[in-house]
Amino acid sequence: MNTSTDESQTQTSQAERRHWLYRSENLPKLWFVQIAILVLAVLPEFFVHHHQYFEEDGFTLDSSFGFYAWYGFIACAGMVALAKILGIFLKRKDTYYDE
Amino acid sequence: MSEFVIFPGLIMVLGAILIPVLGGSLRLLALLGLPALTLAAVWALPADASLQVAFLDYTLEPVRSSAEGRLFATVFAIMAFVGGLYAHRQASTAELTAALVYAGSAIGVTFAGDLLTLFVFWEIMALGSTAVIWSAGTQAAYRAGLRYLLVHLLGGVILMIGIVAYGVDTGSLEFTSMQADSIGTWLILIGFLVNAGAPPLSAWIADAYPEASPSGTVFLSAFTTKTAVFALLVGFPGTEILIPVGLYMVFYGIIYALLENDMRRILAYSIVNQVGFMVAAIGIGTEMALNGAAAHAFAHIIYKALLLMSAGSVLLMTGRRKCTDLGGLFRSMPVTAINGIVGALAISAFPFTSGFVTKSLETQAAANEGMLIVWLLLLAASAGVFLHAGIKFPWFVFFQKDSGLRPSEPPVNLRYAMWLFSILCIAIGLFPNTLYAILPYPVDYQPYTVDHLVTQFQVLLFAGFAFFVMLKQMRRTLTISLDFDWFYRKFFKEIGREFTIRSSAAREAREQQALAWVNRFIDRLYRHHGPQGILARAWPTGSMVLWVAALLGFLLLLDYL
Repeated sequence: MNTSTDESQTQTSQAERRHWLYRSENLPKLWFVQIAILVLAVLPEFFVHHHQYFEEDGFTLDSSFGFYAWYGFIACAGMVALAKILGIFLKRKDTYYDE
Repeated sequence: MSEFVIFPGLIMVLGAILIPVLGGSLRLLALLGLPALTLAAVWALPADASLQVAFLDYTLEPVRSSAEGRLFATVFAIMAFVGGLYAHRQASTAELTAALVYAGSAIGVTFAGDLLTLFVFWEIMALGSTAVIWSAGTQAAYRAGLRYLLVHLLGGVILMIGIVAYGVDTGSLEFTSMQADSIGTWLILIGFLVNAGAPPLSAWIADAYPEASPSGTVFLSAFTTKTAVFALLVGFPGTEILIPVGLYMVFYGIIYALLENDMRRILAYSIVNQVGFMVAAIGIGTEMALNGAAAHAFAHIIYKALLLMSAGSVLLMTGRRKCTDLGGLFRSMPVTAINGIVGALAISAFPFTSGFVTKSLETQAAANEGMLIVWLLLLAASAGVFLHAGIKFPWFVFFQKDSGLRPSEPPVNLRYAMWLFSILCIAIGLFPNTLYAILPYPVDYQPYTVDHLVTQFQVLLFAGFAFFVMLKQMRRTLTISLDFDWFYRKFFKEIGREFTIRSSAAREAREQQALAWVNRFIDRLYRHHGPQGILARAWPTGSMVLWVAALLGFLLLLDYL
């Protein structure tokens, strides 16, 4: 692993083959593995009964099928979108405060 | 009251003198021995230990044992120990000395039985941490450290005014549970919140911490914000305003971390996010919520230090800190990558890590209280933690694209420190009851239920899915994000500059005017008294004689009248 010297740190040797993670032909495989994991994570929904914490408030969504899965996804997508929008106003070049 | 009580906090504050004096292996011994000794002192102190001193009309209690204090002091001592191991080879003498004073004073706060003692250690902490930042030795660190110090001195002044008002109001300085219902208590609350990174002054964390040295940032991440959590936990449990404040911090941390490009600044924003969970839990204020805040703080110090140790190792070996410059490091730095990933999993509350068994106490407490909105927001935020720190940090630093960098692993002491904290992250996750046993209140909670495991996996894995689906939207750019610090770094500076320009223009105008006056005066003088002036002319003798004759004639006339 640590064969490269300091001088060659910034330069990948030409002979080195791209790691399989970075080869484009492996990309579909990686996506397939990820989807498979997600399916596995949702499978228990058929057997597990979720606890309801907010029955008195009339909120029963948290025990519905796949709530935690879609809620996690939507929440993250929403936050990325919000960050994107706020970024329009908040982002500055990283030399902004330099004099 | 007992006759002899040790000050656990002073062991490191005073022992820090040894660091500049000692060298080599003796210094390492002091660096590891002092925190170890502190830890022993913390646990040797009887549960009801108290040292009371009369001061003016007040009773001070420089040392008071409490379950909360012992818990925080324990993790602070562990942190100082492992941090010392991480730092000792490459950190400067100044940084190591400052770090010990900083850690010791944080422990001093956790044993403070009165507000004055708390304040004294609070201020030593501000000075110690500023010295840690300055030890990086760069111009950027100097300026960031100065801004950091100003924010904390402001917080300190607010806290001091609050303490004085509180003392006058109640006649007591005892540090105990308070209600935010008077000017004094409100100011104390605000003083605590400044150190917690609450809005509007949240920017100091991401501004100052990433400018410290690789090891300096590790120390900084642990003490200041968590002592603030401790102070809020003891001083203001169940104060409702803390719930919205905490929730704001949670989402502030996520959004800003998503926008950030500097790997250590991502982690700094994530400190605000994590402390937000704790602040919100303190606001909920039930025994379970307070246990959650305390346990979360304990676990957080360890995994956040681990993450910053991993990032620090990358910085040390590559000299680069921006995600845009990094990537693909897992090939040549597998140990650093693995430890970074363990920290990332722990902060995301992945099952079998310390985050899973501690943060869930807080969300569960919200659910038990029937706080639907709070619970939904905390759940969304839990997914967001995985998004902004759990995946983002390891992905952009260790995977992403192949940056072509092939740095070697960091020196052995850094690796040992990381392994130690990785083991702790997993050990707490696997055996939570050891931690539960030292929490302030009895714990009646089982984190490992099928329901909890399934739902947590779903939230996290789908959050991860969202990350990869939206990866294009998160492409790193060479940018920073504006924050409240814009006011004191840009706005007031620009106002100052504008004032300088305008006032110098005004001064110039005044000067011109005054000059014109003087010139006009001189001109007039010159006109009358100058060489051609009517009053300075040499008059011809004839006109003199004429005038004298006229005068004499006039006198003659007067004589006859």
